[in-house]
Amino acid sequence: MNKKSRLHIPRPTARPGEKPDFSYLDLSPAGSLEKPAIDARTRDIEHLSSGLVRVLDDDHVAQGPWDPKLDVGKLHIALRWMLLNRMFDQRMWQIQRQGRISFYMEALGEEAVSIAAAMALRPADMCFPSYRNQGLYMYRGLKLVDMMCQCLSNTRDMCKGRQLPIMYHSNKANVFSISGNLATQYPHAVGWAMASAIKGEDHIAATWVGDGSTAEADFHHAITFAAVYQAPVILNVVNNQWAISSFQGTAGGERRSFAARGLGLGIPGVRVDGNDLLAVYSATLWAAERARRGGGPTLIELVTYRGGAHSTSDDPSKYRPKDEWQTFPLGDPIERLKQHMISSGHWSDEQHEQLETELKAEVLAAWKEAQQYGTMTEGPFLDPATMFDDVYAETPAHLESQRRRMIEVESSNGAGTSSEGGAS
Amino acid sequence: MAQMNMIEAIRSALDVVMDADPNVVILGQDVGYFGGVFRCTDGLQRKYGEHRVIDAPIAEGGIIGAAIGMGVNGMRPVAEIQFADYIYPGFDQIVSELARLRYRSCGDFFSPVTIRTPCGGGIRGGQTHSQSPEAIFAHVSGIKTVMPSNPYDAKGLLISSIESDDPIVFFEPKRIYNGPFDGDPERPAVSWASHPKGEVPEGHYTVPIGDAEVVRPGSELTIITYGTLVHVAVAGAEATGVDAEIIDVRTISPLDTETLVESVNKTGRCMIAHEATRFGGFGAEIAARVQKDCFYNLEAPVGRIAGWDTPYPHAFEWQYFPGKKRMVAGIRSMMEVE
Repeated sequence: MNKKSRLHIPRPTARPGEKPDFSYLDLSPAGSLEKPAIDARTRDIEHLSSGLVRVLDDDHVAQGPWDPKLDVGKLHIALRWMLLNRMFDQRMWQIQRQGRISFYMEALGEEAVSIAAAMALRPADMCFPSYRNQGLYMYRGLKLVDMMCQCLSNTRDMCKGRQLPIMYHSNKANVFSISGNLATQYPHAVGWAMASAIKGEDHIAATWVGDGSTAEADFHHAITFAAVYQAPVILNVVNNQWAISSFQGTAGGERRSFAARGLGLGIPGVRVDGNDLLAVYSATLWAAERARRGGGPTLIELVTYRGGAHSTSDDPSKYRPKDEWQTFPLGDPIERLKQHMISSGHWSDEQHEQLETELKAEVLAAWKEAQQYGTMTEGPFLDPATMFDDVYAETPAHLESQRRRMIEVESSNGAGTSSEGGAS
Repeated sequence: MAQMNMIEAIRSALDVVMDADPNVVILGQDVGYFGGVFRCTDGLQRKYGEHRVIDAPIAEGGIIGAAIGMGVNGMRPVAEIQFADYIYPGFDQIVSELARLRYRSCGDFFSPVTIRTPCGGGIRGGQTHSQSPEAIFAHVSGIKTVMPSNPYDAKGLLISSIESDDPIVFFEPKRIYNGPFDGDPERPAVSWASHPKGEVPEGHYTVPIGDAEVVRPGSELTIITYGTLVHVAVAGAEATGVDAEIIDVRTISPLDTETLVESVNKTGRCMIAHEATRFGGFGAEIAARVQKDCFYNLEAPVGRIAGWDTPYPHAFEWQYFPGKKRMVAGIRSMMEVE
């Protein structure tokens, strides 16, 4: 065998020690893409899936028809929540590094994805998040202390110690339970939206998945169902360039955008600057209105960059250049909105610093409170007997019997009070 | 009361719950206009409309995933997977999502999906239309697994399943859709018309999930079985003249251990029969319970009659299927143990 393999193996443009190279990223100038009518036909707007919807230009000025023209109050809100998301993540990362929680995932550099969408959607619209969408829960009113208690698996943990940190849920806030398995939420969002349509309601669903997870069968099932039934759903693909160590080409992003994934099914695709809060807000609002009026699903690709590690268990210096994020052409969503507000005279560095200080204090206060309800090492602790609850609506006999055995064995200190030992 | 075969009983159950609750929707391949390849949903789309009886794309994972989302939005979806052999593309959605949603969110979210799926062989279906994968699902905590053996139970259990807030995988043994089958392929087919369990009330009633039924009382041997093999067991007991007590498990999970244990403690002998392959099959779980709870009353080792541990071979269906011959031989050998 002297034949050489002819297989194409996708490779990122730069690995550790090499110069970051984002030349593969197609960019459109801010304001250059027109904004089609809500009822535009998919075939007439296919170019939106290859262009890039951008509002903020390189001088941080809002440009073009996608500018949502948010008032100053809204801009403040957006900045505040993105910053809170970041401050929260920073604190939780630190806490994990101190060994006080087992695991964490930050949204560094991707904060606009969640905050802009949460602002553009209505409260009754249902969100089916991925694991980096903590901003949705925050914006929709989950208390920081409750999120921290979840990460601590303490006595106030909404998941009662059953889930890894960051797997939040909130029926009240209309944000679904995070699974941990990838892309499984995609068909749920479509089914939820189908039910909304069947009931004749105008609530829509929105869901998020990473560029890597678009390879999962669930993604393809979901977009097929969404297209077939014209479900009122926004299908977001957060293209942060990296799926742990695999760059977006490994999921098939080398030759065509992720926004184009739905075109074959007639789903319009909009490729958006995911680090431009105004663009994300505007595209989400456009897709939401389209869905609400019976126009069916929209696939939105949010082009962004995963500023941090995949999780606290990951070390990105092993597979990508350390300074890659610093050269990412779409920058940092918080910095960009901040500069936009400063340049339009609505904000200053001093105000920004003050806000940062306030939010840091808010996060710290929440952390102090959260620890009172227990940590992994210090009580009070959750009662392990609750592990048998909620497997079913009512606990069946065999689980009640196992609960009794567990309590018996745990309280016997291994002395063996039963003739059966630990067996049952 | 009306005479119904299992298909009519299942259709009647769907009709009753759809009539009572506008949130019940059916989703599956060919279930709508056509009424299902086995006709279980025939006429329901005409009656309830195409927004409630929905023809789905050929994507089992999509059907179950979408059904979960519909359930989260207040509906009570009944998903049909055309053959149990085709359920595997939806397996992750069942195991990782449907089964665990209530648990992982501490009851904040749940989705009351019922998955109906025809199972079992004896219909010349080969290895892709004959499997009995109930043990795979019984192994998953958070879902309930049901398999009726007759029209009356099929309707009552299906109504219970759809009305339940728990997710349920509902297996329909397709060999007995049209009539009970005693496991002897040489004999002419029998209809449900002459069977007492073919008498089915037309309105609403339930058979509780989690209750086994003693279908034939006896004193010498307990045969624990479900699905098609209930009828094979009855025929086997009659052919041998052994006074066997036959129990139809009906709900695989959660298992009605009490009824099984009480019977074996009385008879002292236990035979477990299922069509699925033996190794790691559900019979192993029953055998473990029985040996623990009936150990001092057992007069013979617990026996199992099951499909051979091979895929379901098309041309050798009747050598594979644990039919009347194997049942009779199994009962006789168990009674020989002194």
